[in-house]
Amino acid sequence: MTDAPVLSLRDVRKSFGPVEVLHGVDLDLRAGEVLALIGENGAGKSTTMKILAGYQPATSGRILLDGEEVSFGSLHEGEEAGIVMIHQEFNLAEQLTVEQNIFLGRELHNGWFLDKARMRRLAREYLDRVNCTVHPDTRVSQLSNSDKQMVEIAKALSRDARVLIMDEPTAVLTGSETETLFEQVRAMKADGTAILFTSHKLGEVAAIADHVTVLRDGAVVHDGRAADIDEDGMATAMVGRDVSDLYPDKAGAPDDVVLRVTGLDVPGHAEGVGFELRRGEILGIAGLIGSGRTEAMEGLCGLRPARAERIEIDGAKIDIRRPSDALEHGLCYMTEDRKLRGLLLDKSMRVNLTLQSLDQFGGLMIDRAAEERALDRAIEEFDIRAGRREMRVGNLSGGNQQKLLLAKVMMSDPSILIADEPTRGIDIGTKQQIYAFLRTLAASGRAVVMISSEMQEVIGLADRVLVMRLGRVSGTLSGDEITEDAIVRLAMGVGAGDSERAA
Amino acid sequence: MTSETTNSPMRRALPSMSVLGPVLALIVLVVIGASLNANFLGTANITNVLARSAFIGIIAVGMTFVITAGGLDLSVGSMAAFIAGLMILVMNAALPSLGVGVPIILLGMAVALLAGLVAGLLNGFLITTLGIEAFIVTLGSMGIYRSLVTWLADGGTLSLDFELRTFYRPVYFDGILGISWPIIVFAIVVIVGELLMSRAKFGRHCAAIGSNESVAHYSNVDVNRTRLLTYAMLGLLVGVATIMYVPRLGSASASTGLLWELEAIAAVIIGGTVLKGGFGRVWGTVIGVLILSLIDNILNLTDLVSPYLNGAIQGVIIILAVILQREAKAKG
Repeated sequence: MTDAPVLSLRDVRKSFGPVEVLHGVDLDLRAGEVLALIGENGAGKSTTMKILAGYQPATSGRILLDGEEVSFGSLHEGEEAGIVMIHQEFNLAEQLTVEQNIFLGRELHNGWFLDKARMRRLAREYLDRVNCTVHPDTRVSQLSNSDKQMVEIAKALSRDARVLIMDEPTAVLTGSETETLFEQVRAMKADGTAILFTSHKLGEVAAIADHVTVLRDGAVVHDGRAADIDEDGMATAMVGRDVSDLYPDKAGAPDDVVLRVTGLDVPGHAEGVGFELRRGEILGIAGLIGSGRTEAMEGLCGLRPARAERIEIDGAKIDIRRPSDALEHGLCYMTEDRKLRGLLLDKSMRVNLTLQSLDQFGGLMIDRAAEERALDRAIEEFDIRAGRREMRVGNLSGGNQQKLLLAKVMMSDPSILIADEPTRGIDIGTKQQIYAFLRTLAASGRAVVMISSEMQEVIGLADRVLVMRLGRVSGTLSGDEITEDAIVRLAMGVGAGDSERAA
Repeated sequence: MTSETTNSPMRRALPSMSVLGPVLALIVLVVIGASLNANFLGTANITNVLARSAFIGIIAVGMTFVITAGGLDLSVGSMAAFIAGLMILVMNAALPSLGVGVPIILLGMAVALLAGLVAGLLNGFLITTLGIEAFIVTLGSMGIYRSLVTWLADGGTLSLDFELRTFYRPVYFDGILGISWPIIVFAIVVIVGELLMSRAKFGRHCAAIGSNESVAHYSNVDVNRTRLLTYAMLGLLVGVATIMYVPRLGSASASTGLLWELEAIAAVIIGGTVLKGGFGRVWGTVIGVLILSLIDNILNLTDLVSPYLNGAIQGVIIILAVILQREAKAKG
């Protein structure tokens, strides 16, 4: 359909402090059309969506609803106008039931009392429409992520949304769940709902979108019908430059084994994991989310309860019971979750940088001057760009946070670095820096384990790839065997070929 | 306040309201006190205020660490009463064999310190190793200690032997160079506490745990051990405070140390330590304690407002302090 847009942005700008993150964005959402908003992380997708839904005001520019200029004073006004947004991090009250969540804020009444019977009937109906089998009385805290996503969509259905905005709805869904979601999206589209969604999976974008808008660095760089652009075109538009030299050259001949793990069990997550790591190499660990990759490595480093038949470093058997044991043997784990597990967002860079290695900075008392010097070196070496030295780490950009996290774990001078999703949620320039750093680290006689969900990254950077499936190692690939197809087959169990689900 | 919103370099030059607030409040109170009563700034009154502040103050320093590390301890008031009762019982019982002298006082002190340490470790063990919420654990132990001291005193009062009391009195009333012992001990505790909080690894670890437990765990900080230590240290300091307190009255009863836990927590919060943890400052706690004591003192010295309204005024101050904290956070 090409009739008048339901919701539009005109020359919308948004600044956080002195930094402008959106530079005059134009966007049109039309009834009965699915718009895919794509772009690198940090391109401004989330901000754009929040402005559309009334979560954040624009700094300048106009929002047009049915051609009339509107300004949403609050989220509630946005919802009143029929604009519903589903967040990437869910917006559900964990301790309430599914049914209570669906009707939260607009409970149905029968006189003075809640009309429970009608709410139950409707809740069941909405859940059925998204093929979700959870009972309406289940507490949301007990649901899996994909069920939570379905409940969010059921909630959106109950709102009779005219405009539905979804921030990476498929990130936590499996292939079949994604298909269910898309069926719903098509049904809502047929009912005349305008839908905007974001995804990093370009295959999905091609499958479901009618219209594609590409954001790069806060500006629209492509806007057109989905039929007129292929996946390669989207990728090029998103990145804006040739990224073929993203990955450094791989290592040469394999060296001696520095780490040998056999029979590593992490109760509930991984069983019988064993692998070898050689000096100078980057070992990639691939697998689906939930395949136990992170848990296995955390168990290895003493961060969660685990048991191993044998762990050898440089040929000597060692015991790791707590994180300090791992660090003593030069084994250091860098978490995938920099905001919740990696950095103290309320503290300064100095405090964060030295937290893991405070022993290096004096005995009982901390040598502040030495900490400052260490920060100077880290800022220089890792190219950390912060407005002010004393600023809260939470106010740094994702890329700079990630570099600070890397600097922090490198303070303990590990001989083996286990980097979990080292480039999650950061821009491509920083990614390139981190790839180069990891390669240099490996080349300097150390070894790196990189857990990653990004297929291209594993293929591009790792010398060997270990694939995990359901808590076990399902195979190891090296050299030319490292292909997307081979990884997916191992990650999914032999025979499967649905590449979308492996990401 | 306007300078806060303009631009960031200005903010470094001016300390924020969360730092200035308590200091200003203290100065205002001193000025009010001095203008209302000529004796306010006299040595006798100042010594009196400081010595009475010492008990809560010593405990509040320990509480600062507990709260900074994201914990809470409601049991300190009844713990103090229980330790006082235990100390009196042990000293009275040892009197026939040891006689009045330094050894029996040392025995009493050792009992108080040990009992405090054990009580703190017990709270800490239940909270860290067993993973029960601090609020619940210390609410429970608060009731237990209060009930135990009532039981030990058989509903009445436990009194130190008269001769012993006379011998022990100087620990509260005497001192060096005219400064009484409680004030000296309080000062030492504060100095050590401040160094530990702002300069030492322990303080950094406490703030890291209170700020985000997972980050601390992933950064090789022994979360449980550090937390346990904060409770043990607080227990020990309750013991220290009790050693100073017993010679003052020479007795313990069911009402000894009543509401001390709330005064200590209030002093910590007024001083700018964040209730949910992650940031603490010992010097702020000292100011908080002094503010609370001065309000009490001024109301007693003047008849401007009924002393019965003391609690209400303290309540207002606590709420104001938290509002100031929130403003500071919103801007930071």
